[in-house]
This record gives sequence, structure tokens and C-alpha cells, in this order.
Amino acid sequence: MQVPAHVEYERATSVDHALALLARSGPEARVVAGGHSLIPMMKLRLAQPEVLIDINDLTELSYLRLDEGDLCIGALTRHAELLASPVAREHFPIFVDAERVIADPIVRNWGTVGGSLCQADPSEDLSAAFAAVSATAVIQGPDGARRTPVREFHLGPYETVVAPGELLIELRVPIRPGGGSAYEKVERRVGDWPVAAAGAAIWLDADRASPSVTEVGIGLTAVGAEHFVAREAEDFLRGKAATETNFAEAGAVAAARCKPVADQRGPADYKRHLVAELTARALRRATARAQGQEA
Amino acid sequence: MQITMTVNGQEYTRDVEPRVLLVHFLRDHLGLTGTHWGCDTSNCGACVVSMDGAPLKSCTVLAAMAHGREVRTVEGLERDGKLDPVQEGFVACHGLQCGFCTPGMMLTARWLLDRNPDPSETEIREAISGQICRCTGYENIVRSVRWAAEHPAAAGSEVPATEEVTA
Amino acid sequence: MTATDERGTPVGYGRMTRKEDPRFIRGRGLYIDDVQLPGMLHGAILHSPYAHARILSIDTAAAEAHPKVRAVITGQTLAGLKLAWMPTLSNDVQAVLATDKVRFHGQEVAFVVAEDRYSARDALELIEVEYEPLPAVVDARRALDSDAPVIRDDLEGRTDNHIFDWETGDRARTDEVFAAADVVVQQDILYPRVHPAPLETCGAVADFDAVTGKLTMWSTTQAPHAHRTLYALVAGLPEHKIRVISPDIGGGFGNKVGIYPGYVCAIVGSIVTGKPVKWTEDRSENLMTTSFARDYHMHGEIAATRDGRMLGIRVKVIADHGAFNGTAQPTKYPAGFFGVFSGSYDLQAAHCDVTGVYTNKAPGGVAYACSFRITEAVYLVERLVDILALQLEMDPAELRMKNLLRPEQFPYASPTGWVYDSGNYPKALRLAMDMAGYEDLRKEQAARRERGELMGIGISFFTEAVGAGPRKHMDILGLGMADGAELWVHPTGKAVLRISVQTQGQGHETTFAQIVAEELGIPPGDIEVVHGDTDQTPFGLGTYGSRSTPVSGAATAVVARKVRDRARIVASAMLEVAPGDLEWEKGRWFVKGDPDQGKTIQEIAFAAHSSLELPDGVEGHLDATCVYNPPNLTYPFGAYIAVVDVDPGTGKVKVRQFVAVDDCGVRINPMIVEGQVHGGLADGVGMALMQVIAFDEVGNCLGGSFMDYLLPTAMECPSWQLGETVTPSPHHPIGAKGVGESATVGSPAAVVNAVVDALRPYGVRHADMPLTPANVWRTMQGRPFRTDLAIT
Repeated sequence: MQVPAHVEYERATSVDHALALLARSGPEARVVAGGHSLIPMMKLRLAQPEVLIDINDLTELSYLRLDEGDLCIGALTRHAELLASPVAREHFPIFVDAERVIADPIVRNWGTVGGSLCQADPSEDLSAAFAAVSATAVIQGPDGARRTPVREFHLGPYETVVAPGELLIELRVPIRPGGGSAYEKVERRVGDWPVAAAGAAIWLDADRASPSVTEVGIGLTAVGAEHFVAREAEDFLRGKAATETNFAEAGAVAAARCKPVADQRGPADYKRHLVAELTARALRRATARAQGQEA
Repeated sequence: MQITMTVNGQEYTRDVEPRVLLVHFLRDHLGLTGTHWGCDTSNCGACVVSMDGAPLKSCTVLAAMAHGREVRTVEGLERDGKLDPVQEGFVACHGLQCGFCTPGMMLTARWLLDRNPDPSETEIREAISGQICRCTGYENIVRSVRWAAEHPAAAGSEVPATEEVTA
Repeated sequence: MTATDERGTPVGYGRMTRKEDPRFIRGRGLYIDDVQLPGMLHGAILHSPYAHARILSIDTAAAEAHPKVRAVITGQTLAGLKLAWMPTLSNDVQAVLATDKVRFHGQEVAFVVAEDRYSARDALELIEVEYEPLPAVVDARRALDSDAPVIRDDLEGRTDNHIFDWETGDRARTDEVFAAADVVVQQDILYPRVHPAPLETCGAVADFDAVTGKLTMWSTTQAPHAHRTLYALVAGLPEHKIRVISPDIGGGFGNKVGIYPGYVCAIVGSIVTGKPVKWTEDRSENLMTTSFARDYHMHGEIAATRDGRMLGIRVKVIADHGAFNGTAQPTKYPAGFFGVFSGSYDLQAAHCDVTGVYTNKAPGGVAYACSFRITEAVYLVERLVDILALQLEMDPAELRMKNLLRPEQFPYASPTGWVYDSGNYPKALRLAMDMAGYEDLRKEQAARRERGELMGIGISFFTEAVGAGPRKHMDILGLGMADGAELWVHPTGKAVLRISVQTQGQGHETTFAQIVAEELGIPPGDIEVVHGDTDQTPFGLGTYGSRSTPVSGAATAVVARKVRDRARIVASAMLEVAPGDLEWEKGRWFVKGDPDQGKTIQEIAFAAHSSLELPDGVEGHLDATCVYNPPNLTYPFGAYIAVVDVDPGTGKVKVRQFVAVDDCGVRINPMIVEGQVHGGLADGVGMALMQVIAFDEVGNCLGGSFMDYLLPTAMECPSWQLGETVTPSPHHPIGAKGVGESATVGSPAAVVNAVVDALRPYGVRHADMPLTPANVWRTMQGRPFRTDLAIT
């Protein structure tokens, strides 16, 4: 088995301590929580940080609660906790759908929500899910906390707006009535990264017979969508009737606008096809949930 | 750096480089070779141990990250000379062939049964979906876990003699 | 009738839990990486980043200067010891460490020996190698193009990448049959490169004692004696001073048959440093450099009458052997046992041409439960049969039933000269169909098709030939494929059986004890099975090709019968009767007509060693040895049915149900047989749907980790439904045939046939493995593409 290069190790006892360690250790330091993205990269020597700052003792960052109309998820929340959370399931089943198909049950015990977002892999399911629901990231620095929309959080593959001396501490998702959400993914095998995936969050007006879409978020994974968002598809669907035809069209727009790259998971046109198909499916299920027709 | 952890109920203190992986710490530094390794990318699960009560791929954490924590390996499944029902189930139902994935499978099974004492076949398959077996085609692993679920108080240090496995 | 002891354990054949399990469930197995010897050092290999390149220079100074490094070995070092090249199992040579060129991505270039595995890994980065990249041959179908780069310029006079041409069958007769046939169907069929990927990678601990001159070689080997002899021949070490120990092995599947450069480097490292040297490969090394499997590019044709009588099969194969011909197969069979491609059917004629070529890829080919290329042969014929069924608009079960060999035709000489020993094929297929509810499945399929749903049913019927093999036909590097057994019965009636085969999970410690138990009536718990240590076991060619039961199992039965015959003589002396007056019931000889007058085998054992007077010329012991030269191969067979559902929007395949009826002759331990079948069926799902070692256009291996070389988990596998028929082998002493590879042989075609069947509404006739969602979708679009090359 491959093994990491030399590294120094520090263990943080609080958020402030973690920030102080980051400041002291310089730009070649990395924070490690679950470690299930970083440590494999260190073993393959694709990442060679000089210092690892272990934040697993920062249990104050592990929570799922409602606060000021937001669902608040601490950055150290483990994938398994988000998957099992009744409050997440009630308000944003998109997270439950996504977590069910992220990695495997054992990795989910240790990998964290914050860690996955900060890893910023273009194939990261949670990035699209959080983008679909227009979440906000709360980032703590030496001078205090700042907020950034998740839709502006990722700068590119493996790059986020979290600066070297900062720590992502929370994700906040605004709760609005009348909504539903869902996530649809195709992978070659259980636990694999997605070939492509789509998440949708949708809010409908009060017309039960033929509802219209008052607000919608569509997140796409692994297909080069900027900030994991299918913006044009969202713009198309907003205000329109929540019908199969419109879902299919939204899917077509999302497919036309994303930038998938051919790789071992599939050729680019197949990925585009999946974007169309999975966007429509996610919208369909999100709508059914918004109308209370599906769990 | 010096690290201390409790493994199978016993405390150990050792001096290690920070980069040493937990799986190597257990195998090479503590001589507990029941935990195995089989890949480079955290996919195979041969290295699964239990840390603070939950299964963990020990090839994907540093030993330093386990400092101050409680680890349980396959060697700790047996208590006071009595096999765990999971261990007995794997023998009774031929849940192992080469034995290489077995320690990890059993620890995950133990964790599953502690939270869900009567799991369905689907729940069992999902619980072990992060672990690869190349020999059994998973069928008898599932049956072994079901056996353990149905014999929770099985005790004794002798393994069962024969088992009529119903289809 | 199997007697059982007071705990219900059978004394002989039957279901019993395994004797080897107690150590494994406690984590007390002894696998190679568990071996710790005093002063042991660790080796690591530096690999080539290029598929084809000249080596301009290697600078090891910085690595040698690392404080924890004890030695750095290169091809130059080995050349000085005449060990830079070693013979392969196919009469080629393979580089141990590259000297002039590297010829595949991942090829071994240097070996570092250091105090611990972390330092060894660090030191690899300190070695500087300068390469001049060369164009690579990646597509086997282009390897013989006139402008293809010549890979093996190390071989004198080499001007191309051709290895061999081989044919079998009657070409003229086959051409006649084809010319006269109503219907001929042809298809290009690829069996892509895959890898056995046992969960434990390969490794060794080499311990050379300079004082005694003895080399103790712990290694993951399925054939410890063959390795010992080869080390003696290759390294010039006296064979009686070599001990090969194969401890517990975490899966073999044919991956652990050959001698790998790492083993040789570990030996050299031990000689050079005077310490034991451990080398255990990581997973990328295992996938990229050790014996791959398959990579057969086949063009098959099947001829039939218009009412569905199969007449003949014709096939041309390009066999990709990688950069060195390292396949492990009997000398006269460069394409292994591919000759059974005529399948389980009554054909008039068959012929194949196989051309072996070099490419810039890792060496190997015969591995992964292939039964020496029978996986390729069965896959070919079962795909062709389904394509024929489609062409004739016949149900694939009906087409098979119409053409399967009939019981009265056995022993059956196939059109390519194989003599199938026994079988009742229609019975097995009928049983599988009944278990699956075949007719109901077809009705369900029709209903689903109306609704636009894609459901498929696939059948695979296979015959394989295992238990290689008779001396006059088969050898590997001149070594006959016999295997031995030695049985000692101690005075207190306990026994020790020493066998030459090596288990990697098949349960030999149990099943071989059961064979002795069946023959002698000694409980399996009283029989110790010793294997894997060449100092303690008789010579044999090892475990692969499902040969343990057919060959060593036979040797064990024969040796137990020898002991039983000797026991009769001792018993006759004890009872003071003539040996002819004694009758046997399991566990004892008794006087005919006076059953109370008898002696148990345990009593006889003690008496044999006692002061009892024995007849002239009879020595006082209950020991025997046997070397078994099988008269023929054995022919297990089976009928498999897979049911799949395909998502038309995404191409994702779900295997809903899998029925497998196997006939492996007499079953020593049904529980173990079932376990073997379960494991092989998972292989079928994996290979059909997700496994491939693919390469990009410059020869980079794309399957170097489990992130891309995907293996099935418990979620992709359905609950297997097994059935059995039992047709004993007429020539095997206990009628057993062997089963270790059957399911891997038969299952891929069942799954692929099912998926193609599901895609019938799209006019699909064939699709190559692996049928990933992307590949299924492309198939539905009707676009041609290669599954083995790059990103197309």
C-alpha cells in the first residue's frame, strides 16, 4: 500500500486554536477532519502538506439544527449524520438522496460535510446539492466570520474561497415553505464518483391543479457546470408551469450548457444526455415531494 | 511523536512518525496482524477496524489521529475466550474462504447488529457495500450475519460443528 | 451413506464447517505481510512511467545515500549476476529489471532495500531515470501492422511483434460445412483485458542464509514446488537448499502462479544485504504489472441449418500477450484450452486460428479462473449461440436444447479432439429453466416490452476441461502435471496428509481431510492436512485450472486406499484370518459373516507399530505415498440463467436474479462447492458490467487502482440461486470433477446475453464487455466503440 511523505501533525482543541495553528504553520498546512479525501491523496503523494491540523476534536462544529429560518449544518457533521438526520430529511431530502450515494457507509462515518466541500472535487455530490438549495457557507478567520454563497464558494477544481488562515465552520440553508428537493445520480458502481448527477430544489405556488415554479435551484455534478449550477436551466424554468414538458426542456437547457469531459466514466455526449435525463428526474421528484406525494 | 491509544481494551504508547497510517501502527508496531490492507485508494475495506464505536478504514487515517481514542480490531471481537456470535456465524455459514476480507466484514457486521439487531438482507448488503470480497460472492457473508442476528446470545469458545444452510 | 460423529460432523463427504476457520475468524491467519523475521528489511520497486521508452541513464546515488537504504539494485546490477532476464512459463524471457528499454507502463526498473517500508518508498523518489519515449503498440489488432514499432528487440533477429500462430480443428472440413450451411452468423467479440485482483496482493520474504547456503522463500504462490524448481534452474541455487513456503494466501485466482520480478529482486536483496528482505506490492503494482487475464480479440462464426441445427464454429483470435509472453499454460497449448470453443453442442466441425502478439502492456493472459482460456472459449460460443438464436428468431433455450450433447454420446470426442468424460446436459438446462421459471420470465418480458421497459434473460451453458493433465500431453516448462500425496497414520490413529497443491481459500484443509475420512473412516478432525511448504510436502505443479480436486484429490483417494489395503493385512494378522476373509465398512475391517470380529482403523494403526508379528515382507506402518498422473481431464458443466433490468434513460443495468445449476461430479463438501460457485458468479457480474484494464493511446494503463478497476460489491450481486446435478467422472477415483472456476467460466456470457436480450427493441445483436452505463447507452445508439482502448 502506498504511504504518505513526511508530515508534521498538530491537533486543534478549539476553532480559535485551529486558526492559530493555521496562522503559525503557513500556507503548506492543511486541515484534516475525516481525511478521506486528503489522506488518500497524501498516500499517492499528489498532496504533500507540511503540516496537518487535526480538527476532529472540534465537536462544537458538529451539529444539525434550525436557527433563524435556516437549516444549519456544522462543517464537522459526518456524512452519516446528515444522511440519518430527521430534520434534514424533513426540509431537504436532497441531502438524504445525495448522502445515500456518496462513498460507502464506512467512509460516511468519518468523512465530513465541510471536508467534502472544501476538497472541491468537481465530482463532489454535496457541492451540487448545496448549490441547488442556494446555501450559504460561513467561514471563520482570525478577524471573525464571513458568509459566502455556496454558489460562489468554488473557484475551480480543488480550489475554494477559503483562504489559508481560514476555516469553513457552517453551512446554512434557508427554509421556505412549499418546497421539495431531490438528487439523482448515475454511477458505474455503488460508491463510485458520479458519471453525472443532478440535484433540484423547487418551490411551487399555491395552485394545486397546475402549479407554477416560483423558485428553483438545479445543481449539476461532474459535468463542468460553473459553480455546480445550471443557471440557464433555472432561469428557463422559473415562473413556468411545473410540467413534464418544462422539466424536459429545463434538462435540455442544462445539458446544452454544461461542459462535460470524456473520461473512463463515459464520453461527453453521454454525460450531456444524463444531465438532461437526471435533471428532469430530479425536478419531477422534487415536485412530487413539494406536493406531499412522495417521502 | 508519542501517541497513546486503547486497542482491544489495552492501552499502548508508542513513538511514531506522524505520517504512519493506523493500519501500519496496528500491524507493524503493535503486532496485531489480523487487520489487513488490500488497496491504495480506500476502496477495498480489508483494513476496517472499529474506532470509538464505528467502523473505519484504518488505511485512511494516521495513527496520530487515533491518539487518545479507542480502537477495536478483530483480535478484540472475542471476549474472555468467548467468540462473538458474528464470528460463530461466519464459521457456521461458510462466510469466509481465504479469510482476508473477513476481519473487516465481521467488525462491520458487529456494528450493524449493535444498531439494528434484525437487519434485512438489503440492509446487510448496504452495510458491507464499502468492502470487497473476491471469494464468496457475498451470499454466505449475508447469511452469516443473519445467523448472528438469529443467535445473539450464542456463547462458547467452540465453533459450531455443522450448519444446515437453508436456501 | 455418510456417518457422522457425535457433533454431527460427517466422517467423509458432506456439509461440514471448515477446519481452517478458527484462525481466520480470530485474525490469526499468517499471510505474507504478517511474516516478521529478525532484522528483516523492506523492498520497493521503481516503475516505468512510460509504456515504451529507451532507458538513457539511471542515477541511484541519492537513493543509496539515504540513511535508511541498505541497497539499490538495477538491471545493470542483475545483469552482472546474469539475472536481469528470467525465463517465463511460456519459453520466452522477461526482464526482472529493465536494462535497455521499458516495454510496458509500470515495468520494473529498480529495487530499493531499506529498513522500513516508508523509507523504501521515500527512496524511490531519489532515483533519477532518464527515458527517451518511443511510440507504443497499444492496439493488439495493429500489432502486426508493417509500421508497428518492434517491442522485443532484445530477442535476436526480431523484426515484428508476432509470437505464435496456432490452430486446432479440421480447417477443410469446417470450411466445407460452412460453405454448405443455410445460415452463417458472424461477430467480432472481445473478451477485454481484466485482472484477477485477489484481495491480498503478491509478495515475498526472501531469507538467504549465507552460512548454510539455504534460501527460505516465503511467498504468495499457488505452486510452491514449481517455484522451487524454477529458482534452482534460474538462479543456480541447489534445489535441496531452497525452501518455498506459501503460508495463508488471501486469494489467488491465478494471479499467484508466476514468478514475478519482485520475488527475484527480494532474493537478490537478501543475498546482497545478508538479511531477510520483504517485498509486498501495492495495489497499483498488482493491477499494472502482475498477470492480467483474457485480452482475446475474437472473430467468431457459427453455421447452422435454417431450422436450428448447429453445424460448425469457426474463429480467428488475436491474443494480446503483453510485452513478454508470460502465460502459464501447458507447453503444447499456446492458446491454452481454448480448443473447447466448440462448446457443449453436437457439431460436425470446428476450427480456430490463434495468433499471439506482443504489445506494450504487462505480461500474462492466463489467469483469473480462466481454466487455461476456457473462459474465452465459453464466452465466445455462448455469445455466438445467442446471436444465432436472434438470427433464426428462435428462443435461445430452445436452440440450445436442440443442440446440446445427449447423455448417450459420452464419452464424447469433440471436433477439436477433447474427450468429454460424462454429462447430462439437457437435464441441467431444464433444471435451471425450472428454477428460474423461464416460461413465466418470457411472459413477463413481453409485458414489460409493451410498456417500454427493458428486461433481459440470458442463458449460458458451459463445459470446461479441468484437472490438467496427463503427462503424455501436458507439461509446463517440461515439468509433468502430476501431483502427489503422502499419508501417515500415527499409532494413536490420527493422520497427517501432505499434499502438493496449495489452497488460497478453497478449503483444502477440510475437503482433503474429508476425502481421507471417506476412504478410511478417520474423522476429519483427526486428520491434519499439510500444504504449502516444499520442505514438508511432495512435489506437484500446484493449484490453478481447478486441478486440486481432480489431481491431488485423486492422489489423496488413492493414497488413502493404499493405507486401507495395508490396514487389511495388519488386521488379518490381528484377527488371525486371511486378508480375503475381511470386509470393510467405513472405519473398520471385520470378518465376513462375523461382524463383531473386527478392528477399527485406530486399533490397526497402533498394532502396525506394535510388536504384532506381521507377514513376511510387510513393513510395520500405515503410511503410503502416491503421485497421480491423471488419465484425462475432467469436464464439469453447468447451465446458468441471468435476469437483468436496464434503465432506458441511463443505460444502468441491474442483475435481478441469477440461477446457476452446476455439475461437478461427486461433491465432497456441498457447502464449499456452493461457496466456490457463489464467488465465480460475482466475477461474471463484475466482468460483464464493470471490470476492464484499459489503456490510452500512448499506452498508459487506466486500470491501476480500485477507483477505476471496479469490482462488484454486495449491492451489485443478487442472491444466487443454486441447483445441482451430479454426473460422476468415470475416470476419477472418487468421481469428482473440480469446480473452482466453473462459475467464472460460465457467468459472464449469461449476463451479457441478458443485457443484449434486454436491448432487443434497439436492434442490438452484440455488445462488448464491460457493459457500463455509458457503454450500454452507446450500444443503444448503435455506435461502434472499443471498450478496451482509451476514451473513445
